[in-house]
Amino acid sequence: MTILTALAVLGCLTFLLAFILIVANKKLQVREDPRIDAVEQMLPHTNCGACGYPGCRPFAEALVSGKVLPGKCSVSPDEGRAAIAKFLGVGIGAEEKRVARLACGGGNNVALNRARYHGIQSCQAASLVSGGGKGCFWGCLGYGDCEAVCDFNAITMNTFGLPVVDIDKCTACGDCVEACPKDLFSLHPISHRLWVNCKNLEQGEAILEECQVACTACGKCAMDAPDNLISMINNLPVVDYSKNHQTQIPIQRCPTGAIVWLDDKLGIIKGAESKKIIRKGQRQEGIS
Amino acid sequence: MKPESFWHIFINASLINNFVLAYFLGICPFLGVSGKKETAMKMGGAVTFVMVIAATCAYGINLLLIAVGAPFLQLISYIVVIASTVQLVEMFIKKMSPALFRALGIFLPLITTNCAILGLVLFQTNKGYGFLESIVYALGAGAGFTLALMLMAGLREQLDFAEVPEVTKGTVLTLLIAGILSLSFMGFAGLGG
Repeated sequence: MTILTALAVLGCLTFLLAFILIVANKKLQVREDPRIDAVEQMLPHTNCGACGYPGCRPFAEALVSGKVLPGKCSVSPDEGRAAIAKFLGVGIGAEEKRVARLACGGGNNVALNRARYHGIQSCQAASLVSGGGKGCFWGCLGYGDCEAVCDFNAITMNTFGLPVVDIDKCTACGDCVEACPKDLFSLHPISHRLWVNCKNLEQGEAILEECQVACTACGKCAMDAPDNLISMINNLPVVDYSKNHQTQIPIQRCPTGAIVWLDDKLGIIKGAESKKIIRKGQRQEGIS
Repeated sequence: MKPESFWHIFINASLINNFVLAYFLGICPFLGVSGKKETAMKMGGAVTFVMVIAATCAYGINLLLIAVGAPFLQLISYIVVIASTVQLVEMFIKKMSPALFRALGIFLPLITTNCAILGLVLFQTNKGYGFLESIVYALGAGAGFTLALMLMAGLREQLDFAEVPEVTKGTVLTLLIAGILSLSFMGFAGLGG
C-alpha cells in the first residue's frame, strides 16, 4: 500500500512539474530571429572585434537588424561576405581593406641600445623600466608583444627585431595597436602607401647617433609635397590622407629614409637620396 | 513552546547558524564564485531568490505529503521540486531580463545542485515552520549566504595584492580563510541558538 502511495505521489508530482515546465517552455520561449544563427554560421567565428562589435554573434544580430553591412567584417573572405549579403538581401557594403602599419624602421641593424634590459622579455614590461633600453625613446623595443597578441599570425619579427605585418593575413582587428606600449601601430587603408616610418619627436641630427633611419624633422618632404599634402607637426611629417596621396615625390629627398613608400610586392621603398644601409648584422656602438 | 519571532528566525538563519559558515552547506559556490565581489553579490541574489521559491513550494509539498501519509517522500520530492523550480526561474529570467540572464550565466543552472537549498527546505520541515516563517527563514538563509560570499570575495580581492607565503597561495589560502571566517562566526552563538 505504501509503495502504491509513493508511486502515485511521485508520479503525479513528476507529471505536474513536467507539465508546468512544458507550458512554461512554450509560453516563455524567447523567439530569436532564426537568421541570426544562420548569419553567425557564415561568419568566421574568430570573435576578433575588428567590426566594432564584441564578437561574431552581436555582429550577426546587427547585420540581421540592418544596422551594418557585411563588408564591415574584415576577416571573412569575399565569398563569405557575398554569401551573407545575398542571404540577407542587402549590399555587401565593401570597405577598403585595412591593415596595421608600424611607424618605426629602427631595427637593431640601424638603431642602438643605450642600456641592456634583462627583465621579462616583453615590450610592456621593458617600457616600464625608463621606456626600455632603446636609444630612441619612441622606437620599437622588439620583444614581440604584437607578434604574441596577433590571433591571425600576421605579425612576425624579422631578423632585426622589427615586426613585419603580412598584409594578406592582417584583418585590422587592432590587437597590436593596443598591445604596443610605444603606440607604433595604427590601422590604415591599404591604399595609404606614403608612410612616415618614424615616431621620433626630437628635432635635429643628434638622434642619428641612436638610429640611422630616424626622422630629423628637416622638413624636405613637406616642402616637396604637392598641395600641402604633408605638414610638420611636433617635428614629424604628417600626411593628410584626405588629399591625393598617391605620389612618391615626398620621399625622394629624405636624407634618412624615414618617409617611405609601401609597395605590396617590393616592400618598403626609400627615396633616391636616402642613405643606403646594407648592414646585415647588429649595429655596434662606435660604428656609424 | 513559544513561537519564534520572525526577527529571531532571520538572525538565526543568517548569522548564528549561517548556512555556509556554521552548517557548511553550499561550500562549492562559496569557494568557486567568491573571486570577485560583483559576481558574489549576483550569485547571492540568485540563491536567495531560488531559496524563497523553493521554501514556498516545499511548504506546499509537505502539506500534501502529510495529507496522503507519505512524509518519507520528502527528500526526493524536494529534489524534484528544486530542480524544476530552477529550470522555471531560468526560463523566466531569460524571457524577462536577458541582461540579468547573461550576467548570472552558468551560476543559475548550478543552483539546482546547491545543497544549501536542499538543506534549507529540510531544516524548515524539521523545525515545523509555518508559511510565513518558512519565507523569513529562506530570506535569512539567503542573506547569510550572500554575506558569507561577499566577505570571502572582499578578503580574496584584498589578498590578490598581498604578499603571502608561496605554499599557501591559491586554494590553500582560500580554505584557510574559510576556516577562520567560520571560527569567527561561532562568536554569534551567544546571540541565541
